[in-house]
Amino acid sequence: MGEAVLKAEPLRDQLAQLARQQGIQQWDLGASCSSDTSVQVDRGEPKQIKAAQRSAITVRVWNEAGLVGITSTSDLSPEGLSKALSGAKEASGFGNPDDIPAFSPLATAPVQPLQQPWHEPVNILNLLDTLKDAERQLLERHVAIGTVPYNGLAQRSSERLYLNSAGACRQQALSTASLYLYARAVETGRKPRSAGAVRVAYGSTELDVAGCIDEAAERTISHLAYAPIATGHYTCVFSPEAFLDLIGAFSSLFNARAVLDGISLSTRESLGQALAVPFLSIVDNGLHPGNIGASNFDGEGTPTQRLPLVERGILTHFLHSEATARAFGVSPSGHAGMGAKVSVGPDYFEIGPAGSGDPATAGVAGLDQNHHDGPLVVIDSLSALHAGVKASQGSFSLPFDGWLIRGGERVSIEAATVAGDIRQLLNTLIGFEGSAKVTPDGVCPWVWVEGLSITGEA
Amino acid sequence: MTTTRSVSLADGWTPRLEHLLAHGRRAGADLVEVFVERTEHIGVLAEQDRITSVSPAFGLGAGIRVFRDQQDGFVSTNDLSESGLLMALDQALGMLGLVAGSSGSSGFEGLVPLRSFADSKRDWLERCPTLAEASHKLLEGTARLEQHGQHLQVRRGSYARDWQEVLVAASDGTYGHDIRLHQSLGLNVLAADGDHRASLGRRYGTSDSPDDLRRWDAEASALELTDSVGTMLYADYVEAGQMPAVLANRFGGVIFHEACGHLLETTQVERGTTPFSDKVGQLIAHPAVTAIDEGLSQAAFGSLSMDDEGMEPQRTVLIKDGVLQCFLSDRAGELRTGHRRTGSGRRQSHGFAAASRMRNTFIAAGPHRPEALIASVDRGLYCKSMGGGSVGPTGQFNFAVDEAYLIENGTLTKPVKGATLIGEAKEVMPRISMCANDLELAAGFCGSVSGSIFVTVGQPHIKVDSITVGGR
Repeated sequence: MGEAVLKAEPLRDQLAQLARQQGIQQWDLGASCSSDTSVQVDRGEPKQIKAAQRSAITVRVWNEAGLVGITSTSDLSPEGLSKALSGAKEASGFGNPDDIPAFSPLATAPVQPLQQPWHEPVNILNLLDTLKDAERQLLERHVAIGTVPYNGLAQRSSERLYLNSAGACRQQALSTASLYLYARAVETGRKPRSAGAVRVAYGSTELDVAGCIDEAAERTISHLAYAPIATGHYTCVFSPEAFLDLIGAFSSLFNARAVLDGISLSTRESLGQALAVPFLSIVDNGLHPGNIGASNFDGEGTPTQRLPLVERGILTHFLHSEATARAFGVSPSGHAGMGAKVSVGPDYFEIGPAGSGDPATAGVAGLDQNHHDGPLVVIDSLSALHAGVKASQGSFSLPFDGWLIRGGERVSIEAATVAGDIRQLLNTLIGFEGSAKVTPDGVCPWVWVEGLSITGEA
Repeated sequence: MTTTRSVSLADGWTPRLEHLLAHGRRAGADLVEVFVERTEHIGVLAEQDRITSVSPAFGLGAGIRVFRDQQDGFVSTNDLSESGLLMALDQALGMLGLVAGSSGSSGFEGLVPLRSFADSKRDWLERCPTLAEASHKLLEGTARLEQHGQHLQVRRGSYARDWQEVLVAASDGTYGHDIRLHQSLGLNVLAADGDHRASLGRRYGTSDSPDDLRRWDAEASALELTDSVGTMLYADYVEAGQMPAVLANRFGGVIFHEACGHLLETTQVERGTTPFSDKVGQLIAHPAVTAIDEGLSQAAFGSLSMDDEGMEPQRTVLIKDGVLQCFLSDRAGELRTGHRRTGSGRRQSHGFAAASRMRNTFIAAGPHRPEALIASVDRGLYCKSMGGGSVGPTGQFNFAVDEAYLIENGTLTKPVKGATLIGEAKEVMPRISMCANDLELAAGFCGSVSGSIFVTVGQPHIKVDSITVGGR
């Protein structure tokens, strides 16, 4: 990799000097910078070619009364830093005395090294050629595939940094690349259908382009023969991606910040209690090798770690920042952002059976949608999670793409929603199908669920 | 946190911009556009009876776009030094296979005199509420919620102030300068009683109106929200199926925004993802429907003095009596689809190239009283408050309904929750058969190809003859 853009020592010295000038004793800083290039194409022609150089800094300061203020800026000049410090100092006058963040006690603890090969960015015109070729191949897969309206090939080189006035210093550099292909297919007299696929890697030359084309084509073609579905309750099978999306949308169940704020369905007393069927395990593991773009420290400098959340159906741990960990009397878990009020969030879920062999810890064995008479609804992908999930109520009502299996035949569903309650869903899991799939958002097998409400147009 | 912007962003930029534009034209670009911005944001959060977060942020950056034939390259940067901007421009030129350094003539005749819409707006930041005022107002809101609500587990108030100064210059002579101010305020509650839970929120927003927060009626807002959440706390889940629906005015307009508005942006024509691309002059909606997009309504969240490509906004009639009139177009849209620009080129920030986007979009008022719409339904759904929604690449839309009531024999009966409306624009637009006479607008945010932007949605009460309602 090239020379670091974010230089920790000069930045620390500069900030320490500015802080002294403004009478600020305690401060910390999160900084990031990135260089991105991306291309989009439209039927063999470049559609948009983009590049961006971004930089951002967030500083927190503690005032004489111990209250915290924060300011963010994209201006990394000495004037910008000085203004950020004074802004944070002014904001600290409105700090919340009931919830004062402190430096993480783990901000100088060893972090686990990550195997993240660095790739220098390739010429943007090479990206364009790769994407044009991928689009062409996808269009050739089926006569009905007329366009690939949503597509993109992007690469990013980024750095991030955490510093504090007590001497902590974390720094990470990372290169990533992503490819998405979303095809649209139309047959005469029929409605247009669409589906897509995504791939991520540490560099554009490492992307599984062929796999992305295959998956996008296969999924799009599989939705061409469609029919409406009758409204009712169905046994459902969630794809790994769809189940990970659903659990992610309800991650406030595991979020200590949400628990303290009263917006989680969980409470302090939920730890140690059953949340799901006894054969479900959920782990947050930002260090999983499948987590392209993983970071080995969080916004407060705490090392990232593997954290079991649900073991044999029992809620065992919450995700924590420094402040929430202090409130619960535990150690920070490495899931914090940075703020006057620090946010908490998951990194990368591993979902699957709690054990192997024992039916009590594995669910129903031998589940296979390809050898099932049905009726069975296969949920391939969920949409509009931002609108259809009420995390604090536990309810969801979501449009999805998928198939109905009946009499051994699989037919794409024209348009439908799936609705339910997350707590009920977690307790009506039937079992898992196949081995866990590694996706950009987590690891999960296919998940079978009993009796969900499906609204269709038949 | 009050700041006076005594130094204009436009000061001293003209020679630098002219140098960049000439440099790009000399390299063979058909058109070069430079968008410079600086921003100041502040967010304040009140929870229960405490201010729990104050988050100031400020930014500076530029976006440079180069066109050649029908293609374009775009580069954004935070580095506004002369060398930083030149490097960004060279990168954009290189994307189109153009090489800087040619000594030929640029054909660029220089910028026209700056057209500034900012002169009367320089004191806006000073005139905005101070942090102390904003905090006090939010805490008044959460206190009113406590006073009027029952079983409230969480009470939140949030305030955001976004100030943006922009400078747009292009090699066709475009040279514009503006200051924008958006303020929004939200109240959210979570009510819980045993197994019953309900969460609801309301958001209010205006543009270019520094005193707006001071005028906010916390009492009325809190009363309205606590009344709704108290009703929804014990509501049953809606029964799924096909049924007629009456959608309330104001934020009910999100149905048109998602179901149809996005499909009338030239970005969708370019992608081939709108079913309406060849339907100008044809009936695409019920004759009861006239729909408009404009950037002119005073203080509305989606209003602009100029768009992000330096063009003044217009009042664009999209649909008249059910017949499609035109599309919303930006510079690239006009170039690639032939639809004339409508002052709709918008972007979240310098990090995005402008695209054709909605501004204040609404269905025009009709002749009916709202009660007449409800009275015309034997059994259906009244959607009083809509949540968010989205539209997919095949034109399928969906929206969550936050507050709904059954209509039985022409009368509102019990509240129901968990409803999602789904459908396709092409099928639903002809089913909007009645429009009431109570048009109102509501502030919202729209996320799409050029980022998240401030918009207004709106409509009078409307009746949809049949729509799929997802539920349990």
